[in-house]
Amino acid sequence: MASISLDELYLKANEIRGDVIKMLLTAGSGHSAGPLGMADVFTALYFHILRIDPHNPNWEDRDRLVLSNGHICPVLYATLAHAGFFPKEELQTLRKIDSRLQGHPKIGDPPGVEVSAGPLGQGISQAIGMALAGKLDNKDHRVYCLMSDGEHDEGQTWEAILFAHKMKLHNLTVIIDRNNIQIDGLTEDVMPLEKLSAKYESFGWHVLEIDGHNMEAIVNACREATSVFGKPTVIIANTIPGKGVDFMQWKPEWHGKPPNKQEAKEALHQLRTLNGRIRAEHE
Amino acid sequence: MGGYVQNTNNVVPVILKSTRDGFGRALVELGAMNANVVALTADLSESTRVEEFAARFPERFFDVGVAEQNLMGVSAGLALSGKIPFAASYGVFSPGRNWDQLRVSVCYSNANVKIVSSHAGLMVGPDGATHQALEDIAITRVLPNMTVVVPCDFLESTKATHALADFSGPAYLRLCREPCIALTDESTPFSIGKANVMQLGSDVTIIGCGPILQEAIKAADLLRRDSISVELINLHTIKPIDVETLTASVKKTGCVVTVEDHQIIGGMGSAVAESLVKNFPVPIEFIGMQDSFGESGKPQELLEKYGMTAHWITRAVRQVIARKRMVSN
Repeated sequence: MASISLDELYLKANEIRGDVIKMLLTAGSGHSAGPLGMADVFTALYFHILRIDPHNPNWEDRDRLVLSNGHICPVLYATLAHAGFFPKEELQTLRKIDSRLQGHPKIGDPPGVEVSAGPLGQGISQAIGMALAGKLDNKDHRVYCLMSDGEHDEGQTWEAILFAHKMKLHNLTVIIDRNNIQIDGLTEDVMPLEKLSAKYESFGWHVLEIDGHNMEAIVNACREATSVFGKPTVIIANTIPGKGVDFMQWKPEWHGKPPNKQEAKEALHQLRTLNGRIRAEHE
Repeated sequence: MGGYVQNTNNVVPVILKSTRDGFGRALVELGAMNANVVALTADLSESTRVEEFAARFPERFFDVGVAEQNLMGVSAGLALSGKIPFAASYGVFSPGRNWDQLRVSVCYSNANVKIVSSHAGLMVGPDGATHQALEDIAITRVLPNMTVVVPCDFLESTKATHALADFSGPAYLRLCREPCIALTDESTPFSIGKANVMQLGSDVTIIGCGPILQEAIKAADLLRRDSISVELINLHTIKPIDVETLTASVKKTGCVVTVEDHQIIGGMGSAVAESLVKNFPVPIEFIGMQDSFGESGKPQELLEKYGMTAHWITRAVRQVIARKRMVSN
């Protein structure tokens, strides 16, 4: 999949955003802002960075992607479906009875989901365990952990940051969704995290800070991380919550709710036309 | 009747060794046998007895510092990558402090993590209530996918440790600090989920787990002098519980006393009661912590003060037999 162009990545990310909107509308509950904000990072990873085989999801030598803030799982599910891990039709079963697409992810459901996640702070520790196992077995795969910024309020996160440095886990890349919102409002009001990059640096990590909607920047940062030796890398991806849908952007109230029918229609129109810049095929 | 029946005429030599020592020995044996076995601790390598494993297999040993949440999560990640992690700490910290990580990272994912806690129960003694894990059986057995094992002596602890490594899935191994007498020998079988009948009897069934079984044995001896015949069961596996052995025994004796160094709410006795009330309800008395915290003191002083020594057990036996007679009259 390495031959995909940057333009194609942007288009793919928007298709995934569209599926996220449709899934949330059908489900009638779930989180909107986070999944839209991380669509570019997910697309870059699954269509350009990760060494994976959708037909062999448990391949021993695969790169692992651990989603720690499980509540943004609609974007994980949509991306996995687009990457070929399971049929796209199943996306509309999100949060329904008997579905594999749980409201917060369960390992292996659908194939490609590497860990169960919901309570915050738990993903990074598991990613560290996987990276340790990789080193023990002399494997060259990488472990990626996607985390939220609000998750840094959890003590476990800092336990794990200390330990990853101790173990010199150069095969671990953490990507932080720095969208500055959490349930109760702005992160800097609820629990100030800045200066986050300086905190990671002082904990001995290699720190990169990027525009989380710039495909080239995402790809380059992930590549740079592979050339770092003797310490883990964190990529602070500055993202816009609700990215791609103007009335959802930067609005904490869209953290934990789905669009209604009218809102979904408007959101899909914006996504298909790149917010009016192009004409959608069906219009 | 199912289960193993030990010949009570066997003379078992008195060897004072702790269940944590048994775990430590078995862990080293496992490390030599299986390269996938790894060990973790949260700054407690000596007192949880993973020290020797750490010395023999340093590349497979991880000390996460005083960070039990991370301990559980890293163990889950290792297990999801094919390793067999034994994560050792004290019961009050693990699973006490990291229960959410145990629930989601380990049990929900059915990750092959073996949680090992030393210093369980009132028997920790002088350290006081904060360090006396008296709730750990309750909070582990409530979790789906979980296996819960409480060995009663050094040898049973080594066997249990090996048995846990032999299957894939989350398991909790509850260990004690105090050296205790041998209640089993090399020939005593150990099979997860299969209770051991230590002594046959007809008037009452005493069911216990862990080193406190020695108090139950003393109680059975005292009661024999009064012609009360005790059937004694070592319920080393709390989950999955051995319904067959328990039911067969109470069909014969008609009443039960449970004995554990743990809160009576939610512990081994509760597990027995849940099982029997469904299959063959009989009167039960519960020996254990009666919904209170402990305090500092010598182990034996504490067991006496909080009602878990042999004479307390004999009292409970007389009570439960009286209740049985009331029911049958």
